[in-house]
Amino acid sequence: MKDFTRRCLIKGGTAAAAAGALTGPAFLEWAKAWAQSAPWKPEKGAQLSILRWKYFVQSEDDAFVALMDSFTKATGVKVTIARESYEDVQPKASVAANTGAGPDLFWGLYSLPHLFPQKCLDVTDVADYLGKKYGGWVPTAVTYGKGSGNKWIAIPVCYAGNLLNYRLEASKKAGFSKFPTTTDEFLAYAKAMKAQGTPGGMALGHASGDGNAWIYWCLWAFGGNVVDKDDKVIINSPETEKALNYAKALYENYVPGTASWNDASNNKAFLGGEIHWTNNGISIYVAAQNDPSKKQIAEDMDHAYWPVGPVGKPTEFHLMFPLMAMNYTKYPQACKALMAYMLEADQFNKWLTASKGYLTHCLNAYDKNPVWTADPKTTPFRDVAKRTLTAGGLGSVGEKAASAIADFVVLDMFAAYCTGREDAKGAIKIADRQLRRIYR
Amino acid sequence: MAVTALKSSARPATRDVSAWERLKVNRNWLGLWFMLPAAAFLVLFLAYPLGLGVWLSFTDAKIGRSGIFVGYENYEWLWDDSIFWLSVFNTLLYTLVASTIKFAVGLYLALLLNENLPFKAILRAIVLIPFIVPTVLSAIAFWWIYDSQFSIVSWTLRHLGFISGNIDFLGDPWNARWSVIFANIWRGVPFVAITLLAGLQTVSPSLYEAATIDGASSWQRFRYITYPLLTPIIAVVMTFSVLFTFTDFQLIWVLTRGGPVNATHLMATLSYQRAIIGGQLGEGAAIATAMIPFLLAAILISWFGLQRRKWQQGESND
Repeated sequence: MKDFTRRCLIKGGTAAAAAGALTGPAFLEWAKAWAQSAPWKPEKGAQLSILRWKYFVQSEDDAFVALMDSFTKATGVKVTIARESYEDVQPKASVAANTGAGPDLFWGLYSLPHLFPQKCLDVTDVADYLGKKYGGWVPTAVTYGKGSGNKWIAIPVCYAGNLLNYRLEASKKAGFSKFPTTTDEFLAYAKAMKAQGTPGGMALGHASGDGNAWIYWCLWAFGGNVVDKDDKVIINSPETEKALNYAKALYENYVPGTASWNDASNNKAFLGGEIHWTNNGISIYVAAQNDPSKKQIAEDMDHAYWPVGPVGKPTEFHLMFPLMAMNYTKYPQACKALMAYMLEADQFNKWLTASKGYLTHCLNAYDKNPVWTADPKTTPFRDVAKRTLTAGGLGSVGEKAASAIADFVVLDMFAAYCTGREDAKGAIKIADRQLRRIYR
Repeated sequence: MAVTALKSSARPATRDVSAWERLKVNRNWLGLWFMLPAAAFLVLFLAYPLGLGVWLSFTDAKIGRSGIFVGYENYEWLWDDSIFWLSVFNTLLYTLVASTIKFAVGLYLALLLNENLPFKAILRAIVLIPFIVPTVLSAIAFWWIYDSQFSIVSWTLRHLGFISGNIDFLGDPWNARWSVIFANIWRGVPFVAITLLAGLQTVSPSLYEAATIDGASSWQRFRYITYPLLTPIIAVVMTFSVLFTFTDFQLIWVLTRGGPVNATHLMATLSYQRAIIGGQLGEGAAIATAMIPFLLAAILISWFGLQRRKWQQGESND
């Protein structure tokens, strides 16, 4: 829920002006030199259009616009930016892929390029160039970026981390000076927090970001899986049942009403002081910092990794944002130049800083970006690319995984059991039936 | 016609009038051409999308990819799909309850506004407000009203000491159902009220005068004058009201997205979720197509109702 008011336009204007000050003549020199030496020379008269997901942190978008501007200055290629809510990028890209007309580049969610790998521009050279220059890609980014065979079909630009947000004082009062690191401790934490009247909660409504993040974490933490590595549905397992039981125990210690929560509800409740822990991106923290009346919340909160379950390793699930170019584009070289330009240190570092921890890099070298250490509360977000699993779990990251997530199959299974609408067997059976159809 | 006939008979008998010549002056043929633009519009914007939707429901099309014909497979799957049946139940409940209450409240409001009240014009304008506000806006307002933490209703009741905790408006299946139905009623009443009011204004005052002289009570005046004369417009209004309610989408999508646990999924929202968000175009189209019989039934009932004079002019006047 972003309100576009006059005030925020003015703010955006000044921020853009500030960014403009940074891109002084020296920087322009660098950008021009980069354009000269880069392996990709944009076609004559090239123009690009890019459809991206709609931002959550205003300063991130300002930096993105500034980045595109500097690319235009360096190469003369005009870039038109369009924005859509992140769930709506996929249908648009699908239609564009099918009709062969539309924006040159799409920047969307999870498995977007895997829905039509044969329609994506081969960007192996860009990925190799960046990988070599910046300390290599994290393994999950390779999974998202590579199509079948050894071809890269997209550039995994970044993750948006989804971690636990908690209030410091209330947690300490409940006897947890450190945030729990195992699922057992976490349940004890939820109980203790509820008992002292400072409960938390995580979304069980149709919240595509926060809802899916926590229920997939829970499923995987107990060894449950939607499919095996050959995309065979294996949801019907004792592990899934254990995960369900755990989720129910957690749910019973939530603040009432989480079954109706969407992605924005926990932000509101946390900032309103109604809940004291939840799962979210960094946007709650950023919003608290930006609002003078919420300063004390920003100071009294921190972020933590997801607790590790019986499987003994992190089972987090973060949003991946891959950038793909369509092979119908008239300017493939310009597309590649833009992709490489975006992730060059001189650009990407600034952008990463401006996103205030909302975005996390997939190239190892950017671990050193000062944004991760300047404020220790953003540090956990640095590692999300290394801790996350991919959409589809053990299976492929393609269309089927995307469908299962978009149709809330697993989320509804958890919600049905937690709210007592179905018993465990019944909830699993419904999900199993739906998944078998998706994965047929 | 007569002139042309004369002309042709004046020509040498050896040359018969060709079929084309005759067609050229045929008024029906000309009429066909005049109808074509309208027909083309109807085919292009009504028949084609509808036909395409029905066709898609027999394929396994995904977004961005045309599918192959799979026969009744989508329907067979839906037949055993508990979520689909839940959405059918929700839709029927939603339509039935909301339409009935909208009718009752709307009729009451219309009768009230038809009286001689001070500030009549302003009052009538105010009644229309819920209908004027864009659905998404009012849905967002209701989203706050029903919020599980910040609801104004919960807050007020809590401060008055009636309840101790917040009401879980959208988190409990039945609470959620009643909440979305209430929001729909709030939005739909003005349409019914204003249209019925328009109908009421067409009733001639002399009928009431005559009835009053005959000593009819106000209930009798309503029952034997107002109601019979209002039936045609009631049939039209209720048809529209039922159709709007049955195909409602925005309100649900903003308030609950079909949650909690699909307790408020209507057929329209489930169809959208499966077809566009989930990419299963064929299955979504099948859900949308499954709405057609219900809609047809609603239209036919009012259509035949309109044809019957009994409905229009009261009983015993067949």
